[in-house]
Amino acid sequence: MSNNKDSQKDNTTSNEIGKEHGITRRKFIKNTGMIVGGVAGGSLLGGMLTNNFQAETTNSPVYEEETSTFTEARMFFTRYEDFVVLMQATERIFPEDDNGPGAIDLGVPYFIDKQLAGSWGINGSDYRKGPFPGSEPSVDTSTQTRGEIFINGLRKMNQLSHKQFGASFDDVEKNQQIDILMHFENDEVDMKGVAASDFFSLLRQMTLEGAYADPLYGGNKNMEGWKMKEFPGAVHSYEDIIENDEFIKMDPISLEDYQQG
Amino acid sequence: MATEMDKVDVVIVGSGWAGGIVAAELSKEGYRVVGLERGKDQKMEDFIGAKDELRYSSRHGMFQDLTKETITTRNTENEDALPIRSNSTNSINGTDTGGSGVHWDGATYRWWPYDFEAYSKTVEQYGEDKIPEGMTLQDWGITYNELEPYYDKFEKTAGVSGEEDPLRPGRSDEYPNPPMRGSQVTSLFKQAANELNYHPYHMPSANMSQQYENPDGETINACVYCSFCGMYGCDFGAKADPIVTVLSTAQKTGNYELRNNAYVTRVLHNEDKATGVLYVDTQTGEEYEQPADLVVLAGFTFANTRLLLLSEIGEPYNPDTGDGVIGKNLTGHFGFYGVSGFFNDKKFNLYAGAGALGATLSDFTVEQLDHNELDFLHGFEPRVVQSGSTPIGSNGVPGDTPTWGEEFKEKSLYYTNRNFGINIQVGNLPWAHNYMDLDPNYTDFIGDPLLRITCSFSDQDRNIARYSVEKSKEIMEQMGADIIEGSEITDETEFNETTLTSHTAGGAIMGDDPQTSAVNNYSQMWDMENLFVVGASSFSTFSSSNPTGTVGAVAYRAAEGMIKFLKEDGGILVEKN
Repeated sequence: MSNNKDSQKDNTTSNEIGKEHGITRRKFIKNTGMIVGGVAGGSLLGGMLTNNFQAETTNSPVYEEETSTFTEARMFFTRYEDFVVLMQATERIFPEDDNGPGAIDLGVPYFIDKQLAGSWGINGSDYRKGPFPGSEPSVDTSTQTRGEIFINGLRKMNQLSHKQFGASFDDVEKNQQIDILMHFENDEVDMKGVAASDFFSLLRQMTLEGAYADPLYGGNKNMEGWKMKEFPGAVHSYEDIIENDEFIKMDPISLEDYQQG
Repeated sequence: MATEMDKVDVVIVGSGWAGGIVAAELSKEGYRVVGLERGKDQKMEDFIGAKDELRYSSRHGMFQDLTKETITTRNTENEDALPIRSNSTNSINGTDTGGSGVHWDGATYRWWPYDFEAYSKTVEQYGEDKIPEGMTLQDWGITYNELEPYYDKFEKTAGVSGEEDPLRPGRSDEYPNPPMRGSQVTSLFKQAANELNYHPYHMPSANMSQQYENPDGETINACVYCSFCGMYGCDFGAKADPIVTVLSTAQKTGNYELRNNAYVTRVLHNEDKATGVLYVDTQTGEEYEQPADLVVLAGFTFANTRLLLLSEIGEPYNPDTGDGVIGKNLTGHFGFYGVSGFFNDKKFNLYAGAGALGATLSDFTVEQLDHNELDFLHGFEPRVVQSGSTPIGSNGVPGDTPTWGEEFKEKSLYYTNRNFGINIQVGNLPWAHNYMDLDPNYTDFIGDPLLRITCSFSDQDRNIARYSVEKSKEIMEQMGADIIEGSEITDETEFNETTLTSHTAGGAIMGDDPQTSAVNNYSQMWDMENLFVVGASSFSTFSSSNPTGTVGAVAYRAAEGMIKFLKEDGGILVEKN
């Protein structure tokens, strides 16, 4: 996790420049009375702000603001031993490489923890009436909630790791972890009440969601997922580039930047 | 006991395109109209800054609340149907003010003359024997030419931005707006299609190519190609939806009241006359009766069919004898097929786009193909759509790549802006064994039976899908893709709950014979003259083009019929055949 701090520093964005100097975009917009989402918005405003901050940083009054985040604590997983399995499993699915951070540094495990603690984890918008006929249920047709399925799945991973390699999942080699995950992917593991492959595809799906959803959900830290994917995020308008034949790379914008009252 | 509300002229179930159009037309005429919408209140402001892929595209944040109601599905009569439990597998059902019309893409087509006379034209051209046993082709009791003025009216309400399709029948007027801007992707598709001697054109779109004021005086803003479109409410009021058009028009008359969280449970009737509807306020659990002179069902295909069955109106369809009509001819775009193209040395701005920004061609549609040589009826429409790709949903890798791990990450990042698909929409025709009825095992939140879908693919469905993938691969090859992959359709490819889409129709179909249809061409119930059932539920057959344009046209026609009915003091508006 210490790597993570470094990568945060290395990738200081214009937004953070603002924060360092005691003024957030939100405050700036409120102070100047600009409204995002109306005629002036996202990309246009982003550029204006960047220029403004760059021009004014030396003269702005400086308030030392605490920039730590307080959102990386477990909301759903009560046992750390389950959470470390989740961390390792997501990192194997979306590993750190030359392109950029992997699942752990992107905050994916905390993203999943938060999702499972909320309505997604308790199937809050699903039809939940019986009968549940039982034969080969999927994640969507199981009597278990997504949260329960995750806990059972991660514990099964750990059990398999002990059985096959004599150590817990987070202590075995990368290729041994991959081997265990492949057992799940190929349905070579018996999980109670749900197909192992179905749990695996939920895990894979939520890992990608954590890497690429807007940072407001706790993953895609510093928009590093979007930067790797060259995805600009919540840009106001692409009117000027839609007809362009050249690929255009731009700095991403998050909903925190975009969505203002 | 239900609380009885003051009687009104008209009560409309639903506030999507069908319900909204009827609401606008009747309230403009001075009738007192109440609309009942099962979902919550929403307006344009709710969509400002809603560029959130996880909430809307992944979690389907604008779909219906399944805790209250869902549908069940199965393939054949011998099986127990299972409920669709999660919105991750649910078809795209609208709820809340404006219905699916708020989170649609905006593709606004007209259907083919063949579609309205599918039975007659097939027999005329190929003989009766061409229709396979079990295919329940029927005419609609209206022709394309008769429906054309209503298409025109809907296109003007919705400000459709379009380019004339060189292969479609003539139009009485031009599109109200010029086509949307192109992109590198649409240009490439058009160039390849031209080289293959096809007739490409820009997809007709309800995303505005310029700011537009419709004939009702409603302004729709110019689209800025922001890419958060289908599955989202528009951030800018730049996509025609019922909220910024017909519902706004209805509200301005002072004659329309929309009640949200109003879950309609029955059409009340006294022998052959509807007297009103019964509904539950989902926020209090209280039951209300809304009496009206005219009752309009304008929910989605599922809601309309289910309400008729629950209210015991019309004869339920019996798949074994073919008798009865309610629930019959379930059709739709069952599964979207496609071809992916990966480009090793071209990079596209795929993150930009609009829901219905695309290019397509009609060279493989029902009226262009010679079916003498083909093992299927109807046709298909291949197209590229640059709707704006988002990062969770766009992780395509060539088929031999693992779907996770190091190689997956590397390649999914590499190909993110280097791959796109040709989507294919196939015209699925009706079969005797595809229908809807009430489920005997599962109920909604107040204890009423859910709607049950029974549907399976036929060889025809698989044959046309295979053919469409082959032809689309040729176009992708001409476009210069380095790796080309298409949907694999085997003999085992079968309908399931995930192949059900927002393009689903039937259940209360239109025709000229009360023995084989539920409504006449004004969407008026044959069996109950003051009950109109409006929307895709009335489509007797399905087409290869998107359905919303036809929903709009049929709704304008229905509204005209209702006004006629109310002014002329009742009666069946079309002579029974």
